[in-house]
Amino acid sequence: MKIGRVAGTVVSTINSPVFDGRRLLLVDLLTATGEPAGGYVIAIDVVDAGAGETVLVLDEGNSARQVLEEPNGPVRAVVVGIVDELTIDGRRLL
Amino acid sequence: MQLGRVVGTVVATTAYRGLEGVPLLIVQPLERDLTPRGRPLVAADGVAMAGPGELVYFVASREASLALPVTFVPVDHAIVGIVDAVDGGGP
Repeated sequence: MKIGRVAGTVVSTINSPVFDGRRLLLVDLLTATGEPAGGYVIAIDVVDAGAGETVLVLDEGNSARQVLEEPNGPVRAVVVGIVDELTIDGRRLL
Repeated sequence: MQLGRVVGTVVATTAYRGLEGVPLLIVQPLERDLTPRGRPLVAADGVAMAGPGELVYFVASREASLALPVTFVPVDHAIVGIVDAVDGGGP
C-alpha cells in the first residue's frame, strides 16, 4: 500500500458499471517522509475519507477487486484506510 | 487510475481476436491539475462513448482488459469513465 493525501474528488456518470454509486478520490502520493512524491492516483473510496486527510491507498488490481467484491471490475486503486498517526525513525510525522 | 484527455482516434481493421470493434483512442495522460504528463498513449474505450476533447479516467495494466466486452484481450490501457467534474484538481 501507499500513503497519500486526498486532494479532491472526481465525478463521473458515464463509466464502467463497477464505478456506479462509488466515490472517486484524487489522491496525491506521498513519500515515506510525508512529502509529495510527485504523482497521484484516482482511487475508489471505501472508508469515507475527506479532502486533506492522509490515507492508505491500495494500488493493485487483484486486491482492489477483492475489497470491492467485484471479481471482474476494471479497477486498480482503492482508499482502504485513514491514517491517524505516522512515525518514521522515531519521528512523528502525523 | 489516472486522468487523461482524448486527443485522437485510431482505426485498426486487423487486430487480435477479441479486439475487433473495440474503439481505440489516443489519450494524453494528465496531472491532476489537468496539465499534460508524459506522452500520449493508445487506450481502448471501455465505455464506448468517449470522443476527442473529452476528459476521461483510464486504468492501466491487466485491469484494462476487464473494461472490455471480451476480457483478457491484449490491451494495456482502457478508458473506464468520462469525467463530469474534478474537484480539488488545482495545484
